[in-house]
Formats: sequence, C-alpha cells, structure tokens
Amino acid sequence: MELLRKLEILADAAKYDASCASSGTEMRDSRDGKGLGSTAPGMGICHSYAPDGRCISLLKVLLTNACNFDCLYCVNRASSNVARARFTVDEVVKLTIDFYRRNYIEGLFLSSGIIRSPDYTMEQVVSVARKLREEHRFRGYIHLKTIPEADEALIAEAGRYADRLSINIETPLEESLTQLAPEKDQRAIRRTMGRLRLKLDETAEAKKTVRRAKPPRFAPAGQSTQMIVGADEANDRVILSTSANLYGAYKLKRVYYSAFSPIPDASRALPLQAPPLVREHRLYQADWLMRFYGFDADEIVEENEGMLPLDIDPKLAWALRHRDRFPLDINKASREELLRVPGFGTRTVQRILATRRTTTIRFADLAQLNVVRNKALPFIVLSDHRPSPSLLDGAGLRARLRPKPQQLGFGF
Amino acid sequence: MHVVTLDSDTDFDGWRKAARALAMNDVRPADVTWRVKGAAPDLFDDEAETQLPEVPKGAFSVPASFMELAESAILHSDPTRFTLLYRLLWRLRTNHDLMEIATDPDVAQANALARAVRRDVHKMHAFVRFREVGREREARYVAWFEPEHHIVERAAPFFASRFADMPWSILTPELSAHWDGSRVSFTSGVSKAEAPTEDRLEEVWLRYYASIFNPARLKVKAMEKEMPKKYWQNLPEAKLIQPLIAAASRRTSAMIAEPGTEPHKPQKRVEETAMTRTPKAHAHAAAQTSHDVEPTDLQTLREEAAGCRACPLWKDATQTVFGEGPAHAPLMLVGEQPGDKEDLAGHPFVGPAGQMLDRALEEAGIDRSKVYVTNAVKHFKFVARGKIRLHQKPATPEIKACRPWYERELAAVRPALVVAMGATAAQSVFGKITQVTKNRGQIVDLPDGPQAMITVHPSYLLRLPDAEAKAREYELFVKDLKVAAAALKRAHAA
Ligand code: SF4
Repeated sequence: MELLRKLEILADAAKYDASCASSGTEMRDSRDGKGLGSTAPGMGICHSYAPDGRCISLLKVLLTNACNFDCLYCVNRASSNVARARFTVDEVVKLTIDFYRRNYIEGLFLSSGIIRSPDYTMEQVVSVARKLREEHRFRGYIHLKTIPEADEALIAEAGRYADRLSINIETPLEESLTQLAPEKDQRAIRRTMGRLRLKLDETAEAKKTVRRAKPPRFAPAGQSTQMIVGADEANDRVILSTSANLYGAYKLKRVYYSAFSPIPDASRALPLQAPPLVREHRLYQADWLMRFYGFDADEIVEENEGMLPLDIDPKLAWALRHRDRFPLDINKASREELLRVPGFGTRTVQRILATRRTTTIRFADLAQLNVVRNKALPFIVLSDHRPSPSLLDGAGLRARLRPKPQQLGFGF
Repeated sequence: MHVVTLDSDTDFDGWRKAARALAMNDVRPADVTWRVKGAAPDLFDDEAETQLPEVPKGAFSVPASFMELAESAILHSDPTRFTLLYRLLWRLRTNHDLMEIATDPDVAQANALARAVRRDVHKMHAFVRFREVGREREARYVAWFEPEHHIVERAAPFFASRFADMPWSILTPELSAHWDGSRVSFTSGVSKAEAPTEDRLEEVWLRYYASIFNPARLKVKAMEKEMPKKYWQNLPEAKLIQPLIAAASRRTSAMIAEPGTEPHKPQKRVEETAMTRTPKAHAHAAAQTSHDVEPTDLQTLREEAAGCRACPLWKDATQTVFGEGPAHAPLMLVGEQPGDKEDLAGHPFVGPAGQMLDRALEEAGIDRSKVYVTNAVKHFKFVARGKIRLHQKPATPEIKACRPWYERELAAVRPALVVAMGATAAQSVFGKITQVTKNRGQIVDLPDGPQAMITVHPSYLLRLPDAEAKAREYELFVKDLKVAAAALKRAHAA
C-alpha cells in the first residue's frame, strides 16, 4: 500500500486519543552534533492546530489499526469494516525524522491495535522507539502507549526510550468496560499503572541517592491516561472521583477526557450522537480545580446532582452554592480563599498577593490583574467596592452570570 | 531635551548604557527622545543626537526582575517601549518594589509587551516550516517567517540546539538567521520571493493534517485563538482549514446516518469466567468449623481472590494482594492489610514495614523464604489526601468479609504456627477482638490444630516517634519472634 494512504488510515485511526502534550520531560538538545532534536522542560510546543481546536504537537499514529479486540467504542475494533493498514517500523521512524526536520512536530506519539499478542504488539511499538533513539540518536519527544498486560521487561524498555508512557483506563465505570470492551480488564490496566508508578518512584528515588552511576532512565515525563466520556452511564461525580483516585494512586501527570465521538462504521450497540463537547470542557475545568486550586473531587459536584452544570463553569457553580463564604476582601483573604473566587486564575492570585504587600488593591486595578470582572465582582470586597448584599443573596445571580448563549465552537 | 540614537531595534546594551547615564543625572523621562539608527524619520528628526551626560560615581541597583522584563519588552515593535522602560527605571530609583505592583499602569504595560514578545518567540518556534533545498547530503533547510516583533535573535538559539546536525536558514523581512553546523550568524532581511516555495514532504504533511482532524468536534474559535490568522499565510496546512470546516457537518451526519455494524460475539476472558467473585460460597462452609474447609491449592485460591468483591475495599484499590510463600510452610505470618506499595506491586510486605520484618526475622533466626506471609485483609484501605494515599485501619465488617480467604489459606498451607501481627490480624486469627499488649508472646493452641501467637505489627514500630522507644520495641518484637522460632522447633521435634 502506498505510504500516503497508510498515513491517512493510521492517523485517522489515532485521532480519538486526546493526549497530545509534549510537555514535562527532561532537557535535551543536539548541540554536540551527534543527533537530532531537543526537548525543554515545562511547556511543550503545539506546531499546529486542527479545526477541532486541538493542538498538533506530535506525529500521532497507530502502528497498525488491525486489532483482535472488539471494544465497541473504538473505530479499530475487530468487527469494524474500516480499511486496515500497517506501518513497518522503518516507515514510522522515517516519517518521524522527516517531519521533525521540517519543524512540523515535537516528536512521536505511537499507539497500536493489538495484534497476535500484547507482548508482540508492545515489542513492535518499542522497536520504533529503540530505532529512533539508538540508530538515529533522536532526542525529540516520544510518547508510547502501553499495551495492557504486556510483559514487565518490555515496559521497562519502553520507559528507557519514551518520555511519557500511557495506558488508557477507557471508561470511568469498571462495569461498563466489561460490557463495552469484553476483552479488556480494568484491573489489569490498573496493575500496569501501579507498576509504572513503582518504576517512576524508584527512578526518582535513585536520582536522589545514587551519585555516581546514572540511574536507568524511565519515562521522565511520567504517565497519563484517557477516559472516554459519554459512552457509558457514568455521571460527572463518578468521573471526577475516578480521576482523583487515579491521580492519587498512580501519580498521573494528566487524565485526558475524550468526549465519545461518532466514528465511521460505528457499532450498533452504541447510540450515536454529537459528542458532548461542553461536558468534556467542564470536566477539564473541574480537573484543573483539583490539580491547581485545591478542590477535592467530591466538593466540585454536589452529591445529589451528579452532573456539572453546562451553562456555567464549575468554580462559579461552587461559589454560588457557598455564598455564605463570600464576599471576600481580596486585600485580606488567604491564598486558599482567593483561589476559590470565580474569575481569578492562579496567576491572578499570585499577582494579588505580590501587589497587596506594597499597596492596597482598588476597583480600578482589577483590569491589570486579569480578573474576569463580571464573574468576580459579586464575590469580592475592595476598599472602594462592596457588592450589594441583595445581589449575592438574590436568586437572579446565576442567571446574571451565565454567559450569553452562543453556538459552540462554530463561526468565522 | 536629550536625543538618544540606538544602533538597532534590539540594542539593549545601548539603551541600558544611555538610560543609566540619564537616570543618574536625574534627567526626567519626558526630556528624553529615543530613536533607532536608520529608522523612518519622525517628528524629532531635525533634533541632533545629544551627548550623554557624564555618569557620576556610585551606582544604583535594580531588581533582577526588571532586567529580565526589559530585555524582553525592548524586542517589542511598539516605538514607545524605550520611553516606557526608561520611565520605569527612573521610578525604580525611588520605589524599589515597583515591579511587584502588578496594578501600576507602567508595570502592567511593560509586562504586556514582554508577554507579547514571549508569545511571538513561542509562535516562531512552533510555526517555522523548513523546506528542503537539494537532496540527501547536500540538503539545506530554509524557512520563511514573518515575526511581529524584533525576535529573530532571541528565537534562533532554539533552532540551533534542536537542528544542530543540519544546515538551516530562517529568512524574515527584517533579519535572517543561519546555522552552518557550528554557529548562528545573521544577515539582513530579504523578501519572501527569495524563500523556497515547495518541499517534497509537504503533501504528506497535509494528508496527516487532514486525517488527524475529527469532523465531529468542530471548534474553530479554539483553533484561531492559538493559531491566529496572521500566521496562516506561511503555514502550508492552513489552506486546508476552510475546506475541512466546510465538509465537517456533512461528514458527521453521514457517520451518524450509517446503519452501524453488528459487534462480534463477546469473547469473555477465560480466566475471568472461572473466577469466583466472592468468597461467600466458601465462607459458608468455613463458618461452621474451620477444619471443614476443603483445602484448595494456593494458586487456585489466589486466582479466585483476585476477583473478590465481598466488601467495597476492592473498588479503590489496585489489586488483591494475596499471601505468598512455600505451599506448606511451617510458619504463617499474618499482617493487617497491604499498604500503598504492596497495593501497587501486588505482593505482601514489600514496603518499609516489610523491610523491617525481614530484618527482625533474620535476627530471630527465621528464614523468610520458608515463611508464608499474608494479611488479614487483602485489599489496601486508604483515604486520598491530594496525591497521597493515607492508610486506614480496616473495620470489623471488612475483616469478617475477608476472613474466609485467610481460613482457606490456612487450610491449604497447614502451618504448625500462626503469628498474628497487630490487632487486625489477631481479630482474624482468633475470630474475635483480641488485645495485643496483654497477650503478646504467648503460644496458644487454636481449636483445630495449629498453634498461634500474637505480636505487634512492624509498621507500629515505624510509627514510633522517638528513637529510643523504637529500639526498645524492636527488641521486644524480635524477642516475640524468637519465642515463635522456639515453638516451631518444638513442633518440629514432636
Ligand atoms: S478486602 Fe477481602 S473481602 Fe474485601 S474485597 Fe478485598 S479480598 Fe474481598
């Protein structure tokens, strides 16, 4: 098969995986003239964006979209009639290098359908990374998808070459995975995550103690996972507590939420609708609240509600439920309190704390502090601003703060 | 009025030298005109460059954050930036904390300039597209880019460290950067006509771009926010954007309208169907008298327990941590429950408490490889505190729910002696709440065969705060284990 056609099939097959980041790894470059590529710690680089709003940072392809499994939510499942293709190891290697030299990408994100056996498949995936690193001395970013239940030695080898490893938890509810992906076992997936975390911990530990010998490298950008949203019955509360559990247990760098999307030749067993993109967006916001704003999973969604509101962001929703904690005097409130004010980002809070050390913050200063004013004003007190109590207690506040309805995402 | 002419738009050193001399002579910002050599003539063109005043002795210091900010902000294309930065410098002399005041209009303005510059650099790193000129060994890589600010020098080192093994040039209207394999050099700007217009790989890249786009999730605004239209003209893939958007809704409805495929008959995992999901069936038998439990081999037990759902603890944990050791070990050690590390690894006593146990066993003359170790409760119980999982004591219902597994292990291993470590283990081994401190170190006969003894759990030793108590308690623990070793010898002799 012609290479272009293969690329078309195998990139198309990979586009349902939400992970894209090329961030958080160690620093590397090729100044010594013996290789190609560099990485920087911190932010990754998005080299392009697709009209679906998603960053294109890595060459994201499958090694093959042939698969023995029949996971109903997946376009590559055995019973799907899509065209099949398979790259050779060399083809992926060459494509990665060629794209990289033109500055199209930061590196490679390689995944695969499961063929023959998990070990065989994992070995193929690893051999692409091995070749890139050892034969081409490629120093760009590599993200490898771990095949569930692959041998521990293969995973250790994958970690030697990859910046990041991931294994998808797939569905928030274990029971739905049993139904949707009968050949997959969420316990096996969690066992693999557990093993990855132990390896990551060991490497971090060795880095601290071993002085002379460099510890063996293992996935310096850690591990991540993806959860499909909207293919099963799980509500947002379940999803977020699953994430909290995964973050806590396996120290994941990220949980990606992927709104279940219509796929070509879908299975009859799944209802097809437009993907719940707003819901996905709210989940990402809630996830940020957990990771950067000190919120616990179970305070973000009310126990009796189950779902995040779609019309307002989860932080605003939380504040509206806890009006007794407001208004807050932003010249006095603690960092933790400030982080809970709607319309304040983490940078805003940082700036407020630095500024108020030397001067009092007034109403007119809000613009410079990057505050989303209409959201924040009912909840804050300044030396020259105090929201009217009737506003904060009033029933109309939510309606007032709701953004004007607009068609989502379309328009030019 | 002072007129200062800088060598170039990016002449930070020139600005710094002049600004320093002016500020130290107390020249007010309003009395300085800044301009760049060769720039378009402006209002003050007829004013001649003035001599900088002598710099008086002494110095004044500015915060590092100002220097960093100024070095970025000066690269902005805003012609008022030199004045703004000088005003900040001038004000810093009397207000050293000025830079911390994010609400100050000058500070805010300078921050905004620096942010725009950093963003432009970032976008240049991202959106430069090299085209290959010549093939193979002769190949050079040449790109055309139009930055918004004066950032070529700032952005070039990134490309040098990334593409060190290939010769490249980045051409821009203002300045061109070149890499020859050892150093970066700069030449003047050129017109777009001098840049290559095609590359043999571009079609492959466009195919990739079109294929990775999911038409069912159109989010044009999000794309435009990160990839503003001003960059599109130099991005080869940008010409696909409109057609992809135009076809998106048709493609999506076609997918939804399609009839769909019948799934394959689910092939259940073989092992899983064989798994017993709860120990209840056996628990029933076990409840009558323990020795009625039919011994099953350990491997079968372990596989069954992996699917246990008899209490809610399995849910948040990674896996069942079952006992391990020789099939007919004379000694069985029972702990409380697996911890964080055991939960991840799937083996009992591999964490810090396990290491403590190993050491104590050795001192007591017991060979760990000849011992069967297990826990009263087989799943890790914890509460999440941020990214940490804090161990929680199992409750009686959980201990009870899990006891059948212990009983079946006991029946399979048939040890001569069981040592219960800690209260939870004691509750399981004796079938009722049994005090540790009162009963520790005593060998008693269990109703149905083996002997048993209670001691503390090694993690209790780890939690003791002071070293002295730790050492004392450790000795007691080893002493208990020695009692156990002696009892084993007797049992062996008998
Ligand atoms: S703790 Fe014991 S009883 Fe509860 S689920 Fe785990 S193995 Fe079963």
